[in-house]
Amino acid sequence: MRFLLVEDNADLARALCQRFRNEGHVVDHASLLDEAEAAMATVSYDLILLDIMLPDGSGLDFLKRHRLEKKTTPVIVLTARSQVSDRVGTLDLGADDYITKPFDFSELEARCRAVLRRKGGAAVNTKSYGDLILDSAAGALLHQGHQTDLRNRELRLLEVFFGAPENIFSKNYLLDRLFSFSEDASENAIEVYVGRLRKKLEGSTVSIETVRGMGYRMVMR
Amino acid sequence: MNITGSIKRRLALQLAAIAALLSLAFFLSVRAVAERAAEDTQDNILAASATSIADALYTETGQIRLELPYSALSMLGTISEDRVYYRVISDGADITGYGDLPMPKLENANLSPMRGDDVPHFETYDYRGEPVRSVVISRALSTGDHAAQVFVIVAQTRRGLAAISSQITGTAMVIGAVFFCVAVGLSLLAAQNALAPLQRLASSIERRGPNDLRPITAQTPVELVPLVDGLNSFMGRLRAALTRTEDLITEAAHRIRTPLATVRAQAEIIHGNMNRSDNRSDLRDMIRTVDASSRSAGQLLDHAMVTLRSDQLEPQEIDLKAMLSDTVAQLSPTAELKDIQIELALPGDAASEITGDPVLLQNAFRNILDNAIKYSAAETEIKISLTCGDEWEISFADQGRGFVAEDIGALKTRFARGSNVGDVIGSGLGLTIADDVARAHGGRLAIGRNSGGKGACVSLFLPLI
Repeated sequence: MRFLLVEDNADLARALCQRFRNEGHVVDHASLLDEAEAAMATVSYDLILLDIMLPDGSGLDFLKRHRLEKKTTPVIVLTARSQVSDRVGTLDLGADDYITKPFDFSELEARCRAVLRRKGGAAVNTKSYGDLILDSAAGALLHQGHQTDLRNRELRLLEVFFGAPENIFSKNYLLDRLFSFSEDASENAIEVYVGRLRKKLEGSTVSIETVRGMGYRMVMR
Repeated sequence: MNITGSIKRRLALQLAAIAALLSLAFFLSVRAVAERAAEDTQDNILAASATSIADALYTETGQIRLELPYSALSMLGTISEDRVYYRVISDGADITGYGDLPMPKLENANLSPMRGDDVPHFETYDYRGEPVRSVVISRALSTGDHAAQVFVIVAQTRRGLAAISSQITGTAMVIGAVFFCVAVGLSLLAAQNALAPLQRLASSIERRGPNDLRPITAQTPVELVPLVDGLNSFMGRLRAALTRTEDLITEAAHRIRTPLATVRAQAEIIHGNMNRSDNRSDLRDMIRTVDASSRSAGQLLDHAMVTLRSDQLEPQEIDLKAMLSDTVAQLSPTAELKDIQIELALPGDAASEITGDPVLLQNAFRNILDNAIKYSAAETEIKISLTCGDEWEISFADQGRGFVAEDIGALKTRFARGSNVGDVIGSGLGLTIADDVARAHGGRLAIGRNSGGKGACVSLFLPLI
C-alpha cells in the first residue's frame, strides 16, 4: 500500500512514517499542502492521512478541493481539535474517517484498514506462502480452496508473519503490534494467539515455530 | 422580572377617564343649555301674556279697567296642565286677580315705577305650596288727572318645565352615555394602535430562537430605539463572548494535543526499539500517562463545549437509526482491535426522527460506546438497541466488568470514576457528558447492570418529540 502523509509536525511525521514502513507500506511525507498537491500529481496513492492545521492552509480546504475534483482516494483526517466542534464537520466535508491526536498507532492502523476495506476492492490485498493464501481484505485464510475465517488479532498476527516469512519476531514486537498501550497484555497473551494460529494452520505446509529465547517465525515444511 | 401593569391597560384607563369627564361635561352643558332654552320659552310666553294683559288695560272715567283677554291666559295653557295665576295692581290697589300673589320688591327689580315701558321682571318662588315662575311688567296709564302705575303679574307653576327638564336630562344622559361608550371604544383602539409597533417588536424577539443572536432589524418606533440598541449591543457582546469561548476551546485542544501526540509517537518508536523489559514497562507507563492527560484535557474541553452548547441548543431533525449506525461505524475499528462484536438492534419499520442537537447527541453516543469498548474484554459482545415506548430508549449493554453497585449513584458527577477501573485510562467525564446531553434534550441517562448477563448497561432516554 502506498500512503501519503500530510503533516507539518516533523517528529510526529517521522514516527508515523517509521511505523508504516515497519509494516511494509510505502509512505511519502508532505509537510505542506503544496507538497501534497505536487506528490499527488505524480503518484497515485491508496490512502491519504491529512492533518488539519498546516502552515500554508487548512487541510479541510484541501479535502474540499480534493472531493470537488472527484478524486476518490480515501482520506483519514488527523485532528487535534475538539471533537465536539470539529468531528461532524470533518466527515461532512468528505473525509472517510478521522482520528484525534494523540492516537495509538494500532488504532490508526485499524482505521486505515477499515477505510481501505470499505473503499477498496480495487486493491487486492492477498499474500501467499506455502500452500496458504492470506486475504487481508476478507480476513480469511485460504487453504486448497477451503476458507478459514480469522479474528482481527489473528489476522494481524498472520500479517506480520506473512510480511516477512522465516523472519524471527520477538514476543515484544508481536505484543506491540497486537495490543494498544491502553491494554495490559503479557507475553502469555502472545502465546495464546500463536496457539490459536497453529490450530488454524494444521493440515497445511506452513507452521509457526518457537525459536527459544528469540521469538517465533513462520516456516514451510 | 418585576411586571408592573400593562401599558395598554394604563393607556386605555386614562383615555376612558378622560372620556368619562368629557361625557359628564357634555351631559351637564347639554342639560343646562336645554333647560335654559325651556325656561326662556316659558319666560317669553309669560312676558307675552303679561304684555297682552297690559295691552288690554284701559281707562274709563278716571278708573283703570281691564277686560281680561282669554288669549292671554290660553297661550300659557298650551304648554301643559300648569296652573296660571295673575294679578293686576294699580297704584298699590288690586284691580283684579289673586290678591295674595306676591308683588316683587321694586328696588330688587329693574322696574322703575316711573319708567313707562314693559321691561319684564322674572322671579321664581313658592306659591300655594308649589314653585311658580312669575313675570311682572309695569305700565304707566293716564287716567286723565294723573298717571297711574299699573303692575301686571302673571305666574305659572313649573310642572311642565319639570317634565321637559327631566326629559332633557334623560336624553342628555343617553347621549352622554353613548358618547362615553364610543370614546372608550375609540380609546381602546387608539391604545391598541399606539402599542402595535411595540407588540410587533416583542413578537419578533419572541419568535427568534434562544441562540439567534443576530441584531434585531424589525421596524422600531423612535421611543424604543434606545432599548433595541441596548439589546442589540448586548447580544453582540454575548455572541462575541460565545465565539471567543468556542475558539478558545478548539484552540486549547489543539495546543495541548499536538505536543502530546509528538511525545507519544516518539515514545512509541523508542518503545519498539527497546528490549529490556523493565525499561519497556517504564515507557509504557509514560505513554499511558500521556494518553491519560490528553484524554482528560480532551474530555474536559468537550464537556465545556457541551455545556456551552446545551445553553443554546441548535435543534435539528435527527434520524436516531442513522446516527447510531454512524456511531457504530466510527468506533468499530477500535472495537475490532479487541475483536469486540458490536450488535446494533434497530426497529425495522418505525420512523426514528427526533429533534435535537446532532453534535451533542453524537458525542453522547460516542462516549457511552467508547466506554463500553474500553471496559470490555477482548472477544466479547456489545449490544446496542433502540426501542420506542413512551420515550426513545437507546441501550448500550456490554459484557465487561460492569459497575460496582456502590458507585452507581455518583458516576454521573464530574471526575467520578468507578472503584474497579483503576487500570483503564479514563477522565471521569464520559458519563457526565452523556448525562448533560440527555438532560439538555429533556431526557435522562440510566446506568445499571446488563440484564442479559454480566457487564454494564447504559441507557439514554429521550422524549419522543
